[in-house]
Amino acid sequence: MPRTTLTQKLAILADAAKYDASCASSGTSGRNSLGRDGLGSAGASGICHAYAPDGRCISLLKVLLTNFCIFDCRYCINRSSSNVQRARFKPDELIRLTLAFYKRNYIEGLFLSSGIIRSPNYTMEQMIEVARRLREQYRFRGYIHLKSIAEADPELIKQAGYYADRLSVNIELPTEKGLTQLAPEKSSQTIHQAMSDIRISIDDVKDQRKQTWQVKVPRPVRVRKPKFAPGGQSTQMIVGADGANDEAILSTSVKLYSDYRLRRVYYSAFSPIPDSSADLPPVKPPLIREHRLYQADWLYRFYGFETQDILSGGDQGMLDLDIDPKLAWALKHREWFPVDVNSADKETLLRVPGLGVRSVLKILQARRQSRLRLEDVQHLTVSIKKVMPFIVAVGWSPGSLTDHQKLRQQFAPPPEQQTLF
Amino acid sequence: MITATLNSETDFNGWRQAARKLAGHAIEPGQIEWRTPESTPSLFSHDRTLVSIEQDPLQQAQITVPREFLRLACRVAHHRDHERFSRLYRLLMRLQLAPKLLKNQAASDVRWLFKCEKEIRRDVHKMHAFVRFRKLGEREDGREQYAAWFEPSHRILELGAPFFKNRFPNMDWAIATPDGTAVWDGAELRYLQAGDVRDVPDHDEIEEQWKTYYASIFNPARLKVSAMLSEMPKKYWKNLPEARLIPELITSATNRSNDMLDRAPGPANKLAGHLEKIRSRSDSNST
Repeated sequence: MPRTTLTQKLAILADAAKYDASCASSGTSGRNSLGRDGLGSAGASGICHAYAPDGRCISLLKVLLTNFCIFDCRYCINRSSSNVQRARFKPDELIRLTLAFYKRNYIEGLFLSSGIIRSPNYTMEQMIEVARRLREQYRFRGYIHLKSIAEADPELIKQAGYYADRLSVNIELPTEKGLTQLAPEKSSQTIHQAMSDIRISIDDVKDQRKQTWQVKVPRPVRVRKPKFAPGGQSTQMIVGADGANDEAILSTSVKLYSDYRLRRVYYSAFSPIPDSSADLPPVKPPLIREHRLYQADWLYRFYGFETQDILSGGDQGMLDLDIDPKLAWALKHREWFPVDVNSADKETLLRVPGLGVRSVLKILQARRQSRLRLEDVQHLTVSIKKVMPFIVAVGWSPGSLTDHQKLRQQFAPPPEQQTLF
Repeated sequence: MITATLNSETDFNGWRQAARKLAGHAIEPGQIEWRTPESTPSLFSHDRTLVSIEQDPLQQAQITVPREFLRLACRVAHHRDHERFSRLYRLLMRLQLAPKLLKNQAASDVRWLFKCEKEIRRDVHKMHAFVRFRKLGEREDGREQYAAWFEPSHRILELGAPFFKNRFPNMDWAIATPDGTAVWDGAELRYLQAGDVRDVPDHDEIEEQWKTYYASIFNPARLKVSAMLSEMPKKYWKNLPEARLIPELITSATNRSNDMLDRAPGPANKLAGHLEKIRSRSDSNST
């Protein structure tokens, strides 16, 4: 077999990594290299250095260390039974590539994942080695996201957290049943355990760092423990590969957010792969469903909605695909409306369709200066059309518009105009 | 009319000093013409200069503004809006009567200020994202040298360049733009005259690998051109090496996606069965 070139390896191992939705490089500790050796900086806000024609942000060099894998997860392009071409980076090759990309300002850092070779521990050690050398040998202060292997020794995951900004363990499927069916080598218990271990390490190190700071030690003697995964923990759930409905997905997310304090749950529409398994035929990716799940996720995290509120806008455990989940909820709870923008509290304003968190804050500020008319609200929102039927302002009352039977049709796109998201 | 002359298109300090004096003497916004090197002088007659105002024996009033206004105004001075300095002055005057004006984004001048600041912020962010360095070579001591050509929408070079100093202090770099050039040599970040695209190398050996990565990370089954365009508008494409691949990636996406959907599953990789055997053997050994 001819040797694969580095460029060919890159093509194979990036192709193998693209089904992981996350490319975030935000929310980590602020740092830079000025006055020190090495290179790199990071901070609260990430940077998308390019966008692919799928509309997704390219922030990190997102690759697998290898796409050889001893597991046979049916949904996965790299499963052992797939005939996809295989490759493996030497740590040195990947390190050089990361630095060369970084210096040309193509990326914020590295998102490293891997197929499982030999054993979960061996694989995890290889990944940690890449991160360790980037940090220690090259003093790289850019962003590193390590996909942790749930089956690896907890001690290894602990090591990983000192080099990585973010750790993630993929929950893969929303239900245990789905996991047993489609990823027979994985166990939901092991995945949850790994997430719990990461949360404990994050919390412990945070506490210890706080204590070192509070104890009164003369400044030169203070040695602060290094940070542990300052960008937190995230996970990914595949949507549409098993039969789980939106209720199962959102309930799982809520549990993950509260039990392991995840920064993000990523939803990844099950997408066709080059050599699909006979057990799981390819389908068009349910992109609109994925989009609605993200919106629902935001309502839960930033708008004070409970899962049951969100689901009540849909039907039988599924969200409404045609309109966004907040509007769907509002149309079924018209007794909440209209809301007076000049007197309603923040929580109530956040429930108004078309009003985002920023618009609400602007309204709260602006109405301290003067009573708001509809035109004023229009300047503070993205689209007044969606907001109008649900609010009262000076000189404006929606009258019977709030109860208008046809309100849903007005906002739902006619079927033929619907395009792939 | 009074003429207030500024030293450059982004001369915020000059504006601030002049504005302080003018506002101190309660000069109406409509009475001032703000002149920059690139602005066209108006046809109205100018009976007074800034110097004559200074000599006015009347006591000058103390001018105060919220800290937030200073922060925003200093950034908005980099906007290409021709009226930026006169609108900033108008806001300054309005703020003397209504110190909390900035809280009201329903007011048109305030909205303008925040809109411009947002555009500046976006432009700086896009500069941090879309600058593409090309390697010039190495110094004798091995220090690497890079250069980039970038065309921002506004005059934001000085707002955007310090980021690269913090990120790449240990390499020499230059970012050339049509308005000026930022140069870092490890000691000082300097701003020189406008650059030229020909000053920057036209290729870099790593670009082929970057393009390979760009093409491979794209999922043809999720084609969504509008989302890409809203974040990476076409005006940036000509300076992004990877953007040359976009048309072909878009055209081939549907076929590639349909191929994956239509292809019947083939025989499983024999490796899988082999692995299964090894695993069951090691499982029985370990228990």
